[in-house]
Amino acid sequence: MQSVQFTAKFEFLDEIREFVGDIARAGGFGAKDVYNIQLAADEAASNIIEHAYEGVSNGLMELSCGVSGNVITIILVDHGESFDPSAIPLPDLKADLSERKIGGLGIFLMRKLMDEVHYEIKPNKGNILTMIKRKG
Amino acid sequence: MEITAQEFKHCDLITIKGRVDSATAPQMAQALETANESGKYKLAVDMGALEYMSSAGFRALLAAQRNCKKYNRGEVVLVNVPARIREALELAGFTELFKTFDDTLTAVGHF
Repeated sequence: MQSVQFTAKFEFLDEIREFVGDIARAGGFGAKDVYNIQLAADEAASNIIEHAYEGVSNGLMELSCGVSGNVITIILVDHGESFDPSAIPLPDLKADLSERKIGGLGIFLMRKLMDEVHYEIKPNKGNILTMIKRKG
Repeated sequence: MEITAQEFKHCDLITIKGRVDSATAPQMAQALETANESGKYKLAVDMGALEYMSSAGFRALLAAQRNCKKYNRGEVVLVNVPARIREALELAGFTELFKTFDDTLTAVGHF
């Protein structure tokens, strides 16, 4: 597992995608999986920046990522407002244009793109989001 | 991300290059709004040179589509959507909300 700390700002999303992308690629994930892993990490980090650290300019998040066998694990820890992605209602993908909700899309994509998404709130340790994807 | 606009007789072609995420999506949304503010509601968005788009970009497209389709004054169509981005748009159920074209000429000719 490699870890890196980022200030919770959108300008670091490029680096976040690069970090998980490099690890996924080195771990033998194909181009399509790498893209989807980067997208899931981006959506997760964007949610933390937007919601957990809403109105906070110097929040920190710790990103850990590693490949073991055919499984990649991404862990994002923040110390902002607790925010349970699984508590967010899924967007209605059948709704027509005028009724289509703007929110919840990032979380929906995370769940679709990864095999598992877990969220834990640990006092003194922060909010821990774990995402797992298997090859193929 | 880089965004350019080109005027045609019956529509405008908006070309987006690079990466659209939460950091750059506001710039893309602004470009689409600017087109609307100058009375342009028939927009073909060329995504051929787009490497990446997160849901922040999808939301900007959705907002533009809503505004353009109002009063039947126009619509946003997507052109040259790269495979990875098309797959994510499909997952999000967005492909039903936009007509897509495989080449710019047909997209511009659609209007």
